[in-house]
Amino acid sequence: MKQIIALTALLLATPLAAQDLGSPLPAQDEVETFDEGEGLTGSVSFEGNLEDLGIAIPGFATDRDQPTPANAQGTAALGRELARVITADLRNNGLFRPIGPDALPQPRYPEITAPDWGVWTGRSAEMLVHGYVRGRADGRLVVGCYLYDVALRDELVREGWVVSPAEWRRAAHKCADLVYSRLTGESPFFDSRIAYIAETGPKGNRVKRLAIMDSDGANHRFITTGRATALTPRYSPDYKRLLYLSYVDGNPRIYVYDIGTGRQTLVTENANPTFAPRWSPDGRTILYSMAVAGNTDIYRVSAAGGQSVRLTDTPGIDIGGSYSPDGSKIVFESDRSGSQQCYVMNADGTNQRRLSFFGGRCATPEWSPRGDQIAFTHIAGNFRIAVMNPQGKNVRHLTNSWQDEAPTWAPNGRVIQFFRTQRGSGNTGLYQVDLTGRNERSLQTPANASDPAWGPILP
Amino acid sequence: MNTRIAAVLLLAGAGAMAGCQKKAPEQLPPPPVTDNSQTSSQVPQGPQPGTQAHFASAVNGQDVIYFETDRYNIDSTDAAALQTQAQYLMQYPNVRVTVEGHCDERGTREYNLALGERRANAAKNYLVGLGVDANRIRTVSYGKERPVAMGSNEGAWAQNRRAVTVIIG
Repeated sequence: MKQIIALTALLLATPLAAQDLGSPLPAQDEVETFDEGEGLTGSVSFEGNLEDLGIAIPGFATDRDQPTPANAQGTAALGRELARVITADLRNNGLFRPIGPDALPQPRYPEITAPDWGVWTGRSAEMLVHGYVRGRADGRLVVGCYLYDVALRDELVREGWVVSPAEWRRAAHKCADLVYSRLTGESPFFDSRIAYIAETGPKGNRVKRLAIMDSDGANHRFITTGRATALTPRYSPDYKRLLYLSYVDGNPRIYVYDIGTGRQTLVTENANPTFAPRWSPDGRTILYSMAVAGNTDIYRVSAAGGQSVRLTDTPGIDIGGSYSPDGSKIVFESDRSGSQQCYVMNADGTNQRRLSFFGGRCATPEWSPRGDQIAFTHIAGNFRIAVMNPQGKNVRHLTNSWQDEAPTWAPNGRVIQFFRTQRGSGNTGLYQVDLTGRNERSLQTPANASDPAWGPILP
Repeated sequence: MNTRIAAVLLLAGAGAMAGCQKKAPEQLPPPPVTDNSQTSSQVPQGPQPGTQAHFASAVNGQDVIYFETDRYNIDSTDAAALQTQAQYLMQYPNVRVTVEGHCDERGTREYNLALGERRANAAKNYLVGLGVDANRIRTVSYGKERPVAMGSNEGAWAQNRRAVTVIIG
């Protein structure tokens, strides 16, 4: 209950646009979307483990209950849904101790900027999220999000967003991100999407379809019909395209799929099979692996097309590849030593050297967006998700199951998704684990699921 | 409306079958050379040359070779099988084949795609070494995506680490 510091400074640092949005009064001002302005590193009154931090998230208030395409019952019901989505985001990720709107009183609209402290004190919730949703004349929605410290009786952060009704869930994810970032000091990750492979049918004849969904599983959509096996998707950093492998012409080949137009093109005009597509962090370069006469090497090509450049040149399988966040290095997989191991090279292919010397096999390395860790599949008996530092040291296992593989990082480099295969049945599912390894959970998908690929924070 | 849906489902089913060549030899069209104008009522006696069934029977079921974990070398058993396959291909010079490379489930997906391709090429190279024209042999890797034995044990995995020679109709 001590560190009551610099709150005024914090408030002054609050972005102007957000303050405009933060006013629940029917402002006429045209407010644009959020300001990413950071600097929210002040302290709060709570001392203890973050997973014990109680956060009350009552329904968002509305100035006037009115129809909206976002909710059949209108904006008042939508306000409660917003709070439910935020609560689920935090709860499902083992973050804090959120208490959702169904167990809390509903604040009135004027209370959003002036909480009724008497109601919220003594509820064993140290933090309070308030928010509002307002339908605009043009049909869009204004959503405001406020985080209060109940003991301090003061505001910690606020932001607001203007969203189309179809994107109302993004406002909830933005609010969850705001709360998470303010309380942990970490970068956001909820407002992001995932591409993966949906699997149905018996083990020997699985139908594998490319699918996409929000980070919480909502807005699920199948991209391919399942007539051709689809594998290993990767979202482009701007979310406009997907790289993935398809057997559509009978051969395994990497395609660049344009989500807007539904059209796809081969990553390289070549008769050879191609595998393991990857984007560079800036989206300008594509890595793919190609087998020529049975020998697989890693190639680089501009996302705009043109000549490919071969990066590896050893007998054996060199495959995959994941850029460091600054784009200067690539970690990849090679069996040039006799078994699958992780290697690193400069982005131009020079200075190739082995990273993994810790026993077993090292597969599917993925560089964290923060740059400080490399996640991989450690094969030593079982298949486990593990992380190491970029020097190949300090290996830590995050999972322990029969077969976990293909880690993919959350946009903030703090959470990893992967897929788990059940022994015998071959059933697959997406899982998520944080870097402590303690918070592991299964993700709900309409069918069996594999090959998750987490995109960055949505633009 | 209902018939429309049925038609679409049928189409989807047909597409799925077309993608799975090796399991449905009776669906393959007759070979171009041996197709000597049979009437539609006439049922052929036994498998026709150039069909998968004929091939499998002619090579005594040795249309599949097997590999050790993570390996792609051709051992003596494989060599004998491939020699039998090569003899057949020499006897029927118009027959073309696909060599499918497969892996067991105990590998990561992408690596297994590359490993299956390497296995398929090892078999192809051996056939070419025995005199079969390389242009008659296509390769494709299915990685661990199409197991033939469904168990999760050494016996099943040994059956799944394979290269299958499939007649192209």
